[in-house]
Amino acid sequence: MLTWSKRTFDTEVMLQLGFKRRANRRVSSAANLSELEFGEQGVLDHLDLPDEVSKRLMELGFVPGNTVEPARSAPGGEPRVYRVDGSEIAIRRETAKHLILRKKKIA
Amino acid sequence: MSECGNCSGCAAVALPPMPGQAATSHVIALVGPPNSGKSTLFNRLTGLRQKVANFPGVTVEQRVGRARLGNSREITMIDLPGVYSLDARSEDERVTRDVLNGQMQGVPKPDAVLLILDCTNLGRHLLLAAPILALNLPTLVILNMADDLASRGGSIDIPELSCQLGAPVALISAAKGTGIEKVLQFIEGTADGRSHVSKPKVELPILQDIPKCRSWAQQVGSDSSYLAPEPPLWTRRLDSVFLHPVAGPLIFLAVVIGVFQTIFSGAKPIMDSLTATVQSSGSWLSTMLPDSIFRSLLIEGVWSGVGSVIVFLPQILILFLFIGILEDSGYLARAALIADRTMAKFGLQGKSFIPLISAYACAIPAIMATRTIENKRDRLATIMIAPLMTCSARLPVYTLLIAAFIQDKPLLGPFLRTQGAVLLGLYVLGFVAAIGTARLLKSSILKSEKSSFMLEMPPYRWPTLRSLGLRLVDRSKVFLRRAGTVILTVSVVLWISAHLPLHDGKAPEIGNSFAGMIGHSVEPVLKPLGFNWKIGIGLITSLAAREVIVGTLGTIYGMEGTAQSEGLQKALKSDLTPGGAVALLIFFAFAMQCMSTIAVVRRESGGWKWPILQFSYMTFLAYVAAFVTNHLLLQTSTVVAAILR
Repeated sequence: MLTWSKRTFDTEVMLQLGFKRRANRRVSSAANLSELEFGEQGVLDHLDLPDEVSKRLMELGFVPGNTVEPARSAPGGEPRVYRVDGSEIAIRRETAKHLILRKKKIA
Repeated sequence: MSECGNCSGCAAVALPPMPGQAATSHVIALVGPPNSGKSTLFNRLTGLRQKVANFPGVTVEQRVGRARLGNSREITMIDLPGVYSLDARSEDERVTRDVLNGQMQGVPKPDAVLLILDCTNLGRHLLLAAPILALNLPTLVILNMADDLASRGGSIDIPELSCQLGAPVALISAAKGTGIEKVLQFIEGTADGRSHVSKPKVELPILQDIPKCRSWAQQVGSDSSYLAPEPPLWTRRLDSVFLHPVAGPLIFLAVVIGVFQTIFSGAKPIMDSLTATVQSSGSWLSTMLPDSIFRSLLIEGVWSGVGSVIVFLPQILILFLFIGILEDSGYLARAALIADRTMAKFGLQGKSFIPLISAYACAIPAIMATRTIENKRDRLATIMIAPLMTCSARLPVYTLLIAAFIQDKPLLGPFLRTQGAVLLGLYVLGFVAAIGTARLLKSSILKSEKSSFMLEMPPYRWPTLRSLGLRLVDRSKVFLRRAGTVILTVSVVLWISAHLPLHDGKAPEIGNSFAGMIGHSVEPVLKPLGFNWKIGIGLITSLAAREVIVGTLGTIYGMEGTAQSEGLQKALKSDLTPGGAVALLIFFAFAMQCMSTIAVVRRESGGWKWPILQFSYMTFLAYVAAFVTNHLLLQTSTVVAAILR
C-alpha cells in the first residue's frame, strides 16, 4: 500500500516540519486507520470486523466517534501504535484496515 | 507474565484452597482492568506473594490472600484477573464474572468489591464500573495512580464522582501507599455491616453496548469535572528511543545479551562462595559425626544432592530480578511489539507472546496465562510450545555443564564471553524450537483463521524495590522448598537404592547397586547420545523436575567421593565426553521432564491426548537432536577440542 511507503511518510514529515511543528493536526482524507499518516488524525466511524474482535477493540478505546492518531510504528513498520482515548494501543495493519474512519466533512 | 508460586501446588489445584473458616470470614474481591495496579494494591493489603507487572493481562487466576485489619480481624482478599468487561468471552472474564456472582465452586460470594481503576485513563476504565455497580454489592471505587494524575496536571472531583456513581470513591497511589487507609476504612465498614448499596445518581447504561457505556462514562467523567492528565511525556521520549527503527532492535538485543552474560558473571562470586560453604560445611559435618550409615546418608546423599542444587539460587534470582525489572518498567510490552512481526510469520498472535515470555520463568504459569487467548486453537498451540521455552529449572543444568565444559573466553569484548554466549544460544534454541513447532501445528492440526494482535502500551514506570523484593523472596522460597522436598526425597531414595542390595552386610559398588542396575539397563539406549549409565539415572530422576538431575549427579559422584574432593564440575568433566556433554545440553533444551507441567496441560486441555502427544514429541525431538549433536561433535572432534575445555 502506497500510503505506508517510506517515501510518502518522509514527505509528510517534511511538510509538517515546514509548517508549525505539530501545531494542529489535519483531519485526514484516509478511509481507514491503516491509511492514516503520522501527524494526521481521524474520527472512527465503524469497525468492519467480527463482533468478538470489534468488542475487544472497543474496550481498548476504538469506539466509534473517538479520535484516533497514529503514534509510532514498531521497528519494521508493523504493528503500529495508535493514540486513542488516552492510551496507546498497538494493532497490526490487517486490523487497522478494518477500522473505518468518518468521511471528511467539506466545510 | 506470571511466575508460579508453587509449581507442584498449582498443578494440583485449579482454585486456591479456602481453609475451613472461609465460609464465615469476610470476603473482598478486587476487580479492575489489566494494568490498573490491582496486584500492587493486593500486595499492599496482604503482603502475600503475588505477581505484579506493568503489563496487561498478568493475573490469570484469582489469588487469595489475607489481610489483617486494625482490630486484628482477618479478611479474605481475592485478586481477580484483569478484565475490561464481564462479557465472558475469554476464560479470564468468565472466572471474574462467576466469582462475583458467587457461581464459582469453592469460592464464596464476595461480601464487597474493590473496583480499581487507573485514574489517568478514567474515561476508558470507567467502562468497567457500569457492570460492576450493576451487581449491587457494596463497592469501593478506587482511583489508582493518583500521583501520576497530579504530576501530569489532571484532576477530578471525588465527592461528585462518588455521588454520580452512588458508591464511595477513594483516590490512592498503590505503589506509593498513599490513600490506603481509606481502603482499609471501607473494608472495616463492610466487615461491620455498616455499608449499604445506594442507587447511582446516573442511570447505569445498558450493558454490553460499548458505545453507549462509553458515552455514559464520558458523561460521568465530565459531570465530576474530570480533567484528563497530559500525555506521559517521558514515556513518549523513551518510546522514540526504544521503538526507534534502528536503535530499538539494537537495544532489545543488548538487553537480551546483557541478561545472559550477567547470569554468569554476576552470579559467579556469590555462587563460588556458596559452593565453598556447602563443601566446607559438608566436610566439617563429616569430621564431627562418627563413621556410620547415617553419616554416609547425610553427607553423600543429602549434602551432595541438595547442596549441589542450592548453589544455583543466585543465578535464578538474577534471572528473576531481570524479568521483574523488564515487566514492572513496561519495557516488556515494547519487546512484544518488536517481536510481533516475527511471531506473525510463525502463525502466532501477539497474545501468545506474553505466555511465552513467562515460560522463561516456568511453563506452568505460562500455560495458565494462555487463558487470555480467546481462540481455542491458538490457545492449544501456545500450550503445546510453552514447555520448549527455557524455564528456570533448566538453568542449573545448563550452568553446571557450561561451566564444566565450555572454556571462558571473551567473544564480544567484555560484553559477551563464550559461556554466556552458549547459554544465550540454548535459550535461542528453545525459542526457535517453540516457534518452529507452532508453525508446524498451525499449518496442520491446529489450523485457524489468522487472529489479530492488540496490545496496550502502558506508560513506563520505575519498578519499586518492594515489588522486586517480593518477587525474589517468593522465588527463593519456591526454589528452597523444592530443594527441601522433591530433591531431598530423590536424593534419599537414590542413596538407599545405591546402597542395596547388601553383600555380606556391605553396600555394593554403586555400579552393582539397584540404582546402578537401572542406569546400566537404560545405557544401551543412551549410549548413542554419548551418555553413560550415571547420566541415565539422572535422566530418570529428572522426570520429576529438570533440576533434580543436578542433585542426582551430586549424590552419585558424592558416593564415589569425587564430588567432595574435586567438585561436581570436575567430576563430570572427567566422566563425560565433550560430545556427550553438549548432547546433554541439547537434550535438556527439548525434553519435557516435568511432571507438574504434564498435569497442568492435561487439566487445561481437558484430557490426556495433548499431554501425551506433547511428551512424545518433545522426547523424540530431544533424542534425535542429542544423537545428531553427539555424532557431529565426534566427527569434528579436533575443532571442538579448541572450543571446549
